[in-house]
Order: sequence, then structure tokens, then C-alpha cells
Amino acid sequence: MTGMEALVSTILKKRVLIPGRVTEMILDAPEIAVKAKPGNFVILRVAEDGERFPLTIADADAGKGTITIVYLVLGKSTAMLDTLGEGDAVLDLCGPLGRATDIRKVGTVICVGGGTGIAAMHHIAKGHAQAGNKVVSIIGARSADLLLFEEELSKFSHEVLIATDDGSKGQKGFVTQVLKERLESDPDVKEVVAVGPVPMMRAVAEVTRPFGVKTVVSLNSIMVDGIGMCGACRVRVDDSIRFACVDGPEFDAHKVDFGELMMRLGSYVPQEKQSYKCYCECHGKES
Amino acid sequence: MAKKAKLLPRVSMPMQDPHVRSGNFNEVALGYTLEQAQAEARRCLQCKNPTCQAGCPVEVDCKAFIHEVVEGRLDEAYKVIKATNSLPAVCGRVCPQEKQCEARCKLNPTGQPVAIGRLERFVADSYYAVNPCDAVTGGDDCKLLREDLKVACVGSGPSSLTAAGYLAALGVSVTVFEALHEVGGVLTYGIPEFRLPKSIVHTEVEFLKRMGVVFKTNWVVGKTVSIQDFFTQGYKAVFIGVGAGLPKFLNIPGESLLGVYSANEYLTRVNLMRGYKFPEVDTPVAAGRQVTVLGGGNVAMDAARTALRLGAEKVTIVYRRTKEEMPARLEELEHALEEGVCLENLAAPVSFNGDEKGHLTGLTVQRMELGEPDASGRRKPVPVAGAFFDIPTDLAILGIGTGPNQVLLRETPELTLNKWGYIQADPETGETEIPMVFAGGDIVTGAATVVLAMGAGRKSAREIARRLGLL
Ligand SMILES: Cc1cc2nc3c(=O)[nH]c(=O)nc-3n(C[C@H](O)[C@H](O)[C@H](O)COP(=O)(O)OP(=O)(O)OC[C@H]3O[C@@H](n4cnc5c(N)ncnc54)[C@H](O)[C@@H]3O)c2cc1C
Ligand SMILES: Cc1cc2nc3c(=O)[nH]c(=O)nc-3n(C[C@H](O)[C@H](O)[C@H](O)COP(=O)(O)OP(=O)(O)OC[C@H]3O[C@@H](n4cnc5c(N)ncnc54)[C@H](O)[C@@H]3O)c2cc1C
Ligand code: SF4
Ligand code: SF4
Ligand code: FES
Repeated sequence: MTGMEALVSTILKKRVLIPGRVTEMILDAPEIAVKAKPGNFVILRVAEDGERFPLTIADADAGKGTITIVYLVLGKSTAMLDTLGEGDAVLDLCGPLGRATDIRKVGTVICVGGGTGIAAMHHIAKGHAQAGNKVVSIIGARSADLLLFEEELSKFSHEVLIATDDGSKGQKGFVTQVLKERLESDPDVKEVVAVGPVPMMRAVAEVTRPFGVKTVVSLNSIMVDGIGMCGACRVRVDDSIRFACVDGPEFDAHKVDFGELMMRLGSYVPQEKQSYKCYCECHGKES
Repeated sequence: MAKKAKLLPRVSMPMQDPHVRSGNFNEVALGYTLEQAQAEARRCLQCKNPTCQAGCPVEVDCKAFIHEVVEGRLDEAYKVIKATNSLPAVCGRVCPQEKQCEARCKLNPTGQPVAIGRLERFVADSYYAVNPCDAVTGGDDCKLLREDLKVACVGSGPSSLTAAGYLAALGVSVTVFEALHEVGGVLTYGIPEFRLPKSIVHTEVEFLKRMGVVFKTNWVVGKTVSIQDFFTQGYKAVFIGVGAGLPKFLNIPGESLLGVYSANEYLTRVNLMRGYKFPEVDTPVAAGRQVTVLGGGNVAMDAARTALRLGAEKVTIVYRRTKEEMPARLEELEHALEEGVCLENLAAPVSFNGDEKGHLTGLTVQRMELGEPDASGRRKPVPVAGAFFDIPTDLAILGIGTGPNQVLLRETPELTLNKWGYIQADPETGETEIPMVFAGGDIVTGAATVVLAMGAGRKSAREIARRLGLL
């Protein structure tokens, strides 16, 4: 055999989780599946002129040789991914990247997920459960129809607690309220993991800080190569520069400069809008 | 000394006009014609005891190939070069010849050494079109593979490409594993098109493919596959050439502002992701009207000249020492200045300043002056007390150095690292602490040059071949 062989990957299954927003794909990626650990992500490219963009490995099945990704359509790259269907191939798939979650048997671990972050949190929560920890999952969304992975999480979680902004399911309010109440009533909590929008992760860090509970967040900074060669993903942790793709993506929530992360996530907003608008106009969609 | 009296000046290289080229990404140096190449080649004295070869890290027999150019036998010239240099079209373009082969040319004291690099480029470019396999195997067919002898090369920069070529020529089945979606290492993601056209890199890679080398992209060694896995899968040896691309930051205030890039990020967005074509392609890159580049090496020159081509109104290079001490290839500095890049020497960055939304607006620098010579003999720049000034800028690019690429090292704790964090390898063979695992190029030496990386790849490949009983 001669020539160039990219690690391409076929989409085996595609499932819409929240119509028009969130989709799950199961990809055939045996090399990645056997190595994937909770906390890892992949970098994809779906077109010759496309970006390299990261998605968390939401689940992996080494036996079947598959990984699961769950994405929210936010802009052009995720919209293009969403045009692919079962049997189509992802042009480039690279991983598993990032440091795996530091999972040890500690006792009770609370895993907090918000929005699409619930899917990313799922793999971490599962890892904690398999390590023998008692997992309490707390998931939140604006309303009941935007909740993800409740069923999957309940398979291994000791409890699944829910918060919705409008009260359509579980407790009305934010996940942070549920978390706070739990921490107040349960002295056994050894660790908190939070994955979701940056404001949510920041709020979780503030809730757990007074309790002195170890808190880990997964940072979604903008990436290019994903292997530590560009510094685009740099975040400030404990007042020093760290690269989310190789030093993270998980960091000690109490040491992360969330303000700076928010600022840097806005780096390309005008270009992203332009890109998505052009794309939607050409494809007759509403952006 | 009749010959010396008749010495003609070097045949100058045809170039794109600086005003035109600063607006396009086409190659700056256009290359010699046959007549120009032969005129330049005739300047060579064909010395009895040539010194040029010793100046070349891969020992190209300059005298012999130049003689073939004079005689018009470009195929023979190509074979002479290719015997020791697997990437001549690349080296002819990017070697710091003024410090290597040409520095040792007997004519160098006249200030007009033979333009060895340009001749090498000419030969390689001319002969590509014909049949490079012939240079390796003496026939049309490159492939001489033995399926049972498998070697893995990690990374696809010049060190790995050289190791792969050397081993494939001996019949070894070589697979190159590259983490990115394109191969070539810095030749692809770092050095811009106007200096090293990507088609040149593609041609070199195509040639290796014809020799039977298999390239696997999107394979992050350490992550997708481990060094140990290679041996389990039947590979007999591994060459590690993962490079030194970890960008350094200054750790000064404001470094996270929007508009502060590492040179690697900037060049990767432009070269690998073709961000200059946004929104036709999806990866954006800040355009920058007033651009400041920090550093004085090739990386800084490339970033500065790229910024000009992306439409910057003003590009300023800020460097701590003087122009004479800039480590860039002479030609790159000259080209940058011709194109209108400004220099701010003897100035060191103090802080990046931004607006309330986090956008970069300026850089505060401190004036430096040359003090006492340091350990390296260079006069050390020292700050002038109180002498601060601001440079308005909306895009700042840091070309201040890099460290070892981390992914493989972190996942392979068996490798011993030196005190700077690079892989410890036997200087004679390139072998690491893990038997049959070799390393070379920037991941061993720290950021160096293309030709040194190639030399290291070759050295390890020769040792691998010897161990496999092929030599
Ligand atoms: C480690 C990591 C894991 C992630 N996991 C998931 C996941 O499991 N599911 C999911 O839906 N999203 C995930 N993301 C975010 C996802 O990468 C972005 O939503 C995606 O790149 C948006 O691209 P776009 O072109 O569709 O939208 P754009 O219009 O380009 O961007 C929308 C927003 O996404 C962010 N973004 C843009 N480009 C990138 C980039 N190259 N890298 C990172 N963020 C970017 C920016 O904040 C931007 O404002 C993850 C990000 C990281 C860093
Ligand atoms: C902008 C710039 C300009 C330069 N200009 C010149 C010049 O004019 N002349 C000159 O002689 N030198 C120049 N250099 C230096 C020269 O390019 C390098 O010294 C040379 O490329 C080093 O080669 P290498 O084989 O060690 O690795 P690299 O070229 O760095 O390639 C390493 C490759 O390994 C890949 N990799 C990393 N980790 C992994 C992993 N875990 N698994 C798989 N793959 C991995 C990387 O993606 C990369 O493709 C320049 C460098 C830069 C950045
Ligand atoms: S490889 Fe580089 S140093 Fe050697 S002869 Fe060619 S240009 Fe000169
Ligand atoms: S030293 Fe210079 S003049 Fe002498 S053979 Fe070499 S290239 Fe020719
Ligand atoms: S994405 Fe480039 S260093 Fe992390």
C-alpha cells in the first residue's frame, strides 16, 4: 500500500436529541475508541476548506470501536457537520486529545452539566461511577425539552437532580442552587465536576469555594491545532498561561480566570457571524 | 592569480519586484535560468581541496555537482546532491547558506562566494520534472520494499522525511505518522508560500510515496497510538521527529488580549488553514493594520512579511539587540526591509495595552542599550532607565522562541529528557533511552534549521539500517 491515509471516520448513527439544536453521532473510530478516556476530546474537519474544531468524546465503546459526539449547532462548522448523515465520512478526525480526567476512588462526586455540556459531563460521570464513586448528577437547561442524557446518566448515577430555568422539570432555577443545597446537606461530597457554559462553570466555582471542595471544570477555549503548537487555546490558571488542549481541558475551577476565558471566546465573533451568514445564505437557512 | 583577477560578481537572483510581491503570496525568488546557472557555476574554482562541502551539515559535494552544472548534465548534478541531501529543492531555498556551505567557499573572503544554494535549487527544480526515482535506484521504479522490515517515523518534518527516504531507498517499509491533517511539519505550517511554495513540499512527499513510504495523517503518536504499540504491531524501529513548536510567551501584562498571537498560531492560521482566503475558507485570522512583530529570527521575518501581504499598513519588528545580531537568514532580513518592514532595534516589550473590550491597542516598550559581552560573547542588551515608549498596534505577533512539542513526551515517560526538556539522544546514533527508538531534529536540539534536522534524520536512519542488517 502506498500513499496518504488520513484517519477518516464513518458516521454509523445519527440521532437528533433536541430538534434543530443538538445532535448525537456515533462514529466508527476503533483506534480512538480503545484509547479514549473520560475528559478527552477529538478535533474534526468536515471540509477541505473547513476549520479544525474540537468536540468532547461523550462516550466510547472500545469493543465496538466507536465514539460518541454530541454537538450544538452554533456556527458554520457545526452546521456543516450536521449536514452529514449515516454512512457519510468525517474528513479528518484526530484524537483522543487532552489530558484525561483525574479519576480516583474518593467517595461522593457531584457531576454538574449545563446545556450541551451535559453530554461531555456524561463520560466523566461514567468514569467516576466505574471507579466506584457515588455519582450525583445535576443537570440543567432552560426548559425540560432542552435537557440531555437524563436516561443515560440515571443508568449509573446514584441520583440525577434536575434544574430548569422555567421550572418545567425538576427544581425551578439554576443548577448552582441545587448544588449549593446538596453541599449544605451532604458532608460527604469529595469532588465536584462541572461542564457547561462558562458563566455556569464560573458560578459553580463560586458555590463550591466556601465549602473547600475540589472542583474541576472543562474549558472550551478556541483551538486550532489541538496539540500544543499554537497557543490559541491559552487560559490563565493560577495566574500563569496554560494551554487547554494539552495542559487541560480540565483545570482547578478555583484557579481559573473565567473573565479572560469569556473575553477570548469572543475573539472572532464578527468573522464567525460573517462565515455563518454566507453559509446560510448559500444554503437557504436562517442564521 | 589570473583567475582571481577575472572573478565576476555573483549572478543575481531574479526576484519579484518588492512593491508587487508585498501584495501577493507568490514565491519571491524566481530562480535562475540555465544560462544564469551555468554562468554562476563557472565562477566556481573547482578547488583541489574544496572547503565548501565541510560547511554543509549533510555534506553535499558542492564542487562535483557544480561541475556537472557547468557541463550541462543536470541529471548527474541532481544525483550528486541527492546522494546526501534528500530535500534539495527545500534546502536550496531555506538553508542559511551564508553561515554554512557558502561561508566555507574559498571565494567567501572576496564577499562573493559561489551561490551554492541557488545552484542547488536550480538543479532540484529542473530535475524534478524528469524522474527522481532514477537518482535513487538507477531505474524508473522506486519501489524495492521488504514487507517484513517495518519502521515508523513520528512527525513529518524534514527530519522524519529524510529518515523515511533513506530507509525506503534501502527497501524498508516506512510509515510516517503525522498529527496534523497535512504533512511537512514546519515546511507546511510555518514557512510561508512566498519563501517555500507548498508545491515543492508536495513534490518531495510525492517522491517519497513513489518510493513506497506510507503517510498517515491525523495520527497523534502518544495519543492515537503509543511508541510501545508500534513494537507490538511489528515495527522494528521508531524515529521520533516531532519538532519544537510549543510557543513561548513573555509573561508580561496584556498577553491574553485579542490581537496577541504566537507566530505559530498566526502562521498556522495562514499557511496550514489558508486563513488569508477567509471567508472562502472557514479559519479566520486577524488582518491587523498596524502590526508589531517581536523577535529577530526567521520566524519573525516570516510573520512580518505575511502581515504585509495580508494588507497591513505598517509592520514593525521589535528586537532587543541590534540589526547585526538578528539571527534571521541574511536574505530574509534584506527581503523584509525591501518590502517595507520597519525595524525597531534595541527595544524590549514591557506590556500590551488594550481597550475595555479586550482588543489590543498598543505595546509599551523600553529602550535598550548594549552592555558588557555575556557568556556567548554577544554584548548583552540592558534597559535604559525610564526610557519607555508606546507603539500603537492592533496585532502583535510573538516570534520569541519555542519549546519541545509536549504530547508525545508526556505520554512516553520512558524517554529521558535533558535539562531544557528535549529528548536525550546518543549524539552518534540518535538512539534514545528506549532501545530501537531514535530521535532527531528540533525535538533533540531545540529549534534549529531544516538541514540540521535532515542531518539528524539521516544519521538515525543509517544506524537503523545498520541494526536491521542492511548496511
Ligand atoms: C475541548 C473542547 C470540547 C468541546 N466539546 C464540545 C461538545 O462536545 N459539543 C459541542 O457542541 N461543542 C463543544 N465545544 C465547542 C465547539 O468546539 C464549538 O462550538 C465549535 O467549534 C463552534 O464552531 P462553529 O463554526 O459551528 O461556530 P462558530 O460560529 O465558529 O463559533 C461559535 C462559538 O464557538 C466557539 N468556537 C469557535 N471556533 C472554535 C474552535 N475552533 N475551537 C473551540 N471553540 C470555538 C467560540 O466561542 C465561538 O464564539 C468544545 C470546545 C472545546 C475547546
Ligand atoms: C516560521 C519558521 C521559519 C523557519 N525558517 C527556516 C529557514 O529559513 N531555514 C531553516 O533552515 N530553518 C527554518 N526554520 C526552522 C526549521 O523549520 C526547523 O528547524 C525544522 O523544520 C525542524 O524539523 P523537524 O523535522 O525537527 O520537525 P518539524 O518541522 O517541527 O515537524 C514536526 C512535525 O511533527 C508533528 N508532530 C508533533 N507531535 C506529534 C505527535 N505526537 N505525533 C505525530 N506527529 C507529531 C508536527 O505536527 C510536525 O508536523 C523555521 C521555522 C519556523 C517555525
Ligand atoms: S544543503 Fe544547505 S548547506 Fe548544504 S550545500 Fe545545500 S544549501 Fe548549502
Ligand atoms: S570552495 Fe567554493 S570555489 Fe571551491 S569548489 Fe567549493 S564552491 Fe567551488
Ligand atoms: S489549540 Fe493550539 S496550542 Fe492548544
